[in-house]
Amino acid sequence: MFTHIVRSLRLAVTWWSLGLFLVPVTSAGAELRVAAASNFGAALAELAADFESRTGHRLRVSLASTGKLYAQVVNGAPFDVLLAADAERPELLERSGTGVPGTRFTYAVGALVLWSRDPSLAGGDCREALSATAIGHIALANPETAPYGAAARDYLRRAGLWTDVEARLVYGENIAQTLQFVASGNARAGFIAAAQALDPRLPGATCRWEVPAELHEPLEQQALLLQHAEDEPAAAEFLAYLRADAARDIIARHGYLLPAR
Amino acid sequence: MNASDEFSALWLSVQLAAITTVLLILIATPLAWWLSGTRSRARPVIEATVALPIVLPPTVLGFYLLVLLGPYGAIGRWWVELTGDTLSFSFTGLVIASCVYSLPFAVQPLQHAFEALGRREIEAARTLGATPLDAFFSVAVPQSARGFLNAIVLSFAHTLGEFGVVLMVGGNIPGETRTISIAIYDRVESLDYTAAHTLSATLLVFAFAAMLAMYLVNYRGRRNA
Repeated sequence: MFTHIVRSLRLAVTWWSLGLFLVPVTSAGAELRVAAASNFGAALAELAADFESRTGHRLRVSLASTGKLYAQVVNGAPFDVLLAADAERPELLERSGTGVPGTRFTYAVGALVLWSRDPSLAGGDCREALSATAIGHIALANPETAPYGAAARDYLRRAGLWTDVEARLVYGENIAQTLQFVASGNARAGFIAAAQALDPRLPGATCRWEVPAELHEPLEQQALLLQHAEDEPAAAEFLAYLRADAARDIIARHGYLLPAR
Repeated sequence: MNASDEFSALWLSVQLAAITTVLLILIATPLAWWLSGTRSRARPVIEATVALPIVLPPTVLGFYLLVLLGPYGAIGRWWVELTGDTLSFSFTGLVIASCVYSLPFAVQPLQHAFEALGRREIEAARTLGATPLDAFFSVAVPQSARGFLNAIVLSFAHTLGEFGVVLMVGGNIPGETRTISIAIYDRVESLDYTAAHTLSATLLVFAFAAMLAMYLVNYRGRRNA
């Protein structure tokens, strides 16, 4: 009886492992696991499709806040490439040996936008919502964990608006949730990535204002090859692709500034 | 995050759990009583609806609540007209969300307790002239004490441990919607593992104590019965 059960289980496991082995055989290229900051999602989807059609490799993308991705990578998450929303965490990873030294570079420079769909703000530049007498919640990403949140806090402090709005601030867990707060109208206005403001699925904005880059720390978004993929040529290929003209065009079209070459 | 922020997050969670528990007992008692006695065809539909939060991911509840409570949602629009503020990102909004989220944890223990009651004592009290309400409070409630205890402990503990719904409709506002589970998440994300450990251990000890107390009382009750 027992032998019978074990034999059936072994048969099941054999079939299952056969299934596992068949996947790499049927797909031509390598499979890369890319961990990317939430704000880069739309651009990365287009980049991935382009890269896949050029090389035959496949990208598996995980989106989260840079803080979370950092914690996951430090704790051994099996990612090949990190596309962070800042320069600080890739630098930490490179120095600690979790990333491959010398592979870190800026792939995009983010822009911050104040955005709203509130009809009462129509016609203006949204900044009305930040005044001391204004009402309604202002959404930003958590400054402790999300670079766009830190940039928004930077701007509010430098512009002397922090104390006026502090009590009305709500914090998205990452920039994608921040967008969700303001796009659903739950927050009256919010600081989102310029890249997100271009998304055609958004409801129409009643106002949008690009925060001048000199009013916050630059949003340098850096890429890093992770130790996990040190010997994976496809990962290096993808990083090289990100610096190429084809990729830069796509990145610029999604609302990012490009790093100097 | 300093110690006072951590305390404020913990205190906020305790307040949220306490208020939710009181409201849920008020809502769940008549509902459970009705469910335990009715032969209505609507009963399975109501029971299934009440049980939904057990099986639905908190993200589903959180998403619908965000849509409903927002200024373009059915409830939110009405609330904004009434108060000038949105229900999302507010403590009141979290209380509403928690009542939905923890409803089955109050209704089910009460319903089981009421179903286990002999209806004969209640009928006897009624023939002796007690009003239905009187009979309920002097006969049914004392006999269902364990059911009430279970409902209170489970609602309180479940609300205290709530995360996904609060993350989606709360907005992480210190002192207003940053509950202990959100504070822990924040600490883990910013690699402040010391604070995360302190908060997590506090919650772990509390949850274990609450469950242990509940099972001890249940066990004694069963032995004495």
